Amino acid sequence: MTDTPDRESSYVRTAMLPPQTAPSTQVGAIRWVRENLFSSWLNAILTILSIYFVWTIVSSIYPWLANSVWDATSLTDCRAKMDERLGEGVRSACFAVISDRWQQLVFGFYPQNGYWRPPTALIVFLIAIAPVLFTQLPRKMLWFTMIAPILIFTLLWGGSIWAPISVALGFVVGFIAYRVIGSRFSALLAVLAAIILPILYWLTLSGTVNSALSAIAPIGLPYVESKDFGGFTLSIVIGLTSIMLSLPLGILLALGRQSNLFIINKVSVVFIEVIRGVPLIVWLFTAQLLLNYFLPKGTNFDLMLRVIIMVTLFSSAYIAEVIRGGLAALPKGQYEAADALGLDYWKSMRLIVLPQALKISIPGIVSSFIGLFKDTTLVAFIGMYDPIGLTGSIRASTDWNGVYWELYIFVGLIFFIFCFSMSRYSMYLERKLHRGNR
Amino acid sequence: MTIAVDPPKRGFRLSQLIYDTRYRSITIQVVALFLIAALLTFLIVNLVQNLHALGKDIDFGFLSSRAGYDINQMLIPYDNSMSHGRAALVGIANTMLIAVLGCIAATIIGVLAGVLRLSKNWIVARLMTVYVEGFRNVPLLLWILLIYALFTESTPSPRDFGGDNPTASMWLFDTIAVTNRGVYIPMPVWGPGSTGLVVIFLASIVGIFAFRSFARKRQAATGQILPVFWVSLGLFVIPSLIAYYALGKPLSFSYPELGGFNFQSGLQVRNSFTALWVALSLYTGAFIAENVRAGIMAVNKGQSEAAFALGLRPNRTMSLVILPQALRVIIPPLISQYLNLTKNSSLAIAVGYMDVRATLGGITINQTGRELEGILLLAAFYLTVSLTISTVMNIYNRSIMLKER
Repeated sequence: MTDTPDRESSYVRTAMLPPQTAPSTQVGAIRWVRENLFSSWLNAILTILSIYFVWTIVSSIYPWLANSVWDATSLTDCRAKMDERLGEGVRSACFAVISDRWQQLVFGFYPQNGYWRPPTALIVFLIAIAPVLFTQLPRKMLWFTMIAPILIFTLLWGGSIWAPISVALGFVVGFIAYRVIGSRFSALLAVLAAIILPILYWLTLSGTVNSALSAIAPIGLPYVESKDFGGFTLSIVIGLTSIMLSLPLGILLALGRQSNLFIINKVSVVFIEVIRGVPLIVWLFTAQLLLNYFLPKGTNFDLMLRVIIMVTLFSSAYIAEVIRGGLAALPKGQYEAADALGLDYWKSMRLIVLPQALKISIPGIVSSFIGLFKDTTLVAFIGMYDPIGLTGSIRASTDWNGVYWELYIFVGLIFFIFCFSMSRYSMYLERKLHRGNR
Repeated sequence: MTIAVDPPKRGFRLSQLIYDTRYRSITIQVVALFLIAALLTFLIVNLVQNLHALGKDIDFGFLSSRAGYDINQMLIPYDNSMSHGRAALVGIANTMLIAVLGCIAATIIGVLAGVLRLSKNWIVARLMTVYVEGFRNVPLLLWILLIYALFTESTPSPRDFGGDNPTASMWLFDTIAVTNRGVYIPMPVWGPGSTGLVVIFLASIVGIFAFRSFARKRQAATGQILPVFWVSLGLFVIPSLIAYYALGKPLSFSYPELGGFNFQSGLQVRNSFTALWVALSLYTGAFIAENVRAGIMAVNKGQSEAAFALGLRPNRTMSLVILPQALRVIIPPLISQYLNLTKNSSLAIAVGYMDVRATLGGITINQTGRELEGILLLAAFYLTVSLTISTVMNIYNRSIMLKER
């Protein structure tokens, strides 16, 4: 017998076959398409419908966008250029309106030689807010955050730099009073002094301080009236100011609503429900038409300030509800543990309850902020020129009468970028602060 | 043995008002009450003085004086010789119309988009993401204006439908015409006997609900499952159809027809209404889609696996296991979306739809100079609607809430 098998009679494999490649329907793009697009007849129908839908949209919009005209001085000029380039009667986008009027859309009626000021103020704001948003940054930057409001105010509205400084000195007075009296006498007296002394200062001394300092060193920028603010400058100023102010107010209201002090609780509930029950536009009309009735005769303050106050109150009620949800979601044991440690109310809130409750409510808070920023467009109805209000006035000019889509697309795109990045930041924050059961 | 001795009782000292937690809350509340009362007094005294100086004391009498302006969409009879109060009611009806239709459409759109966004189909999920993010991150006002411009600028004029070679054509077997003057739809004409038809239709709807609850009880008692869907469908269609023919076809439609330069007959739905409705529904729908998605994702995967293990078919798993649990998560934010939609309907101002803000809060205020009264009434109306919706929905919410024992 030989140890080699008889090749003629039977077949025995001596070597392993190389592995075959998977069937073509099970690999790569085909498999992906089968699994993700055509896994069942329903999915196949949906896919085909979606592709048809996307194709219809793209095929009708793409030529319009691709052939757009960017250099023209008026719509007639634009149309002439289209006729010349694309042939008689073929229409495409005329983004020349943006290149012609972008300054107005961004700055409104802000004086031309001051166009550097709002962006600088925005940069100052971003630097100031950075240490608050990103904990990796050095803590010393918070000192800059403290003086940033003065800088931003002067940059935006101009006037003497000493006016906001002399007002801000009031807070310094209050702080010093609190420290000095708190260390010598009782805490209660310190709180009272920290409230009363700055008010006295503002009522009596601050004007003198301002004029004295202005006489010594007249530093300042040309004054810009609030009614000259417009476009995205206006939206961002109203939006950011109200965001900054409404968060603390919202926290206070939420605590008030959770509080077991009867009067404070009821006042918070009524305030929140009344504000939330009525549309913002009605509140804005109130700010425009009625606010003066409720103030002493002759008081007449800036419409923009009135709007900021109304938007802040409006959004703080929404934020209060979001935070209340966070407070309610916190296990009761946390409150009890804080009490057991002997912390007083404010300490237990500040150190134990609020950090956790705010973490839970971050997505809701940020979406309130996004809502607030979008709602700033409503000021168009009370005679302020936000970007949407400006699209109307640009269209009203003889040059650009009849332009719709290009303006709306531009304004919408900018809003989208702002809001979308805010929502992405909240997702980042949510992930970063997530200390779940890992 | 020691005897527990009470701490020596000391009299009430004034400092306890601040340092003793038992009394401090009272102190705080009294101070708060005092401050609030002072603030309110300040505001009201100012108000009274200012109004007195202007010679406009608070007076709601203007509501019964002649309005003198026309409203282009009326659900209740109105003409310009009627009172401001009547005009406000017309506005309220218009607001409620847009709110109700908007809530229905937004719910349908939102549920569809939310479910489709979770679909395994890649392209459908992406499309829905684009829709949701696009609408959530751009101001509603811009969408309203954009959609309004779409209706007024990109639709054919009625003239294009006529002539020898019309450039535009009507939709759905020549029953709907979309033009830049509005959308023309068939108008129902209620002939004699149509009341009976409506009564029978409503009765059949009641019958459907009765049958459903009967079927549920029967299933709980005997385990038998009745064909709920087919019976409901039958009840929905058959009695009304029989009544329609038995009563001699009392309901007919008048279709829009081109006459001269505009459409005659048919019902004209103004573009302001359509644009506002579409924009509000799409915008709110995007928010509802997110709520629906979150609600479905909140149901543990083990629940559907357990249902499959029990041998339930997928649609029964959905209706009996997943949806009841998801609804608990979805309903509360859904309520606030409905409220938002109702309040956002005041953006009708952007397209000139005559809602309550435009009649009572707009023209009436301008004509009579009664800002304070007008805005008070307007705020009271919105507040009532909000509180009513949230109360009703909270009751419903409580009924489906997890019953913990």
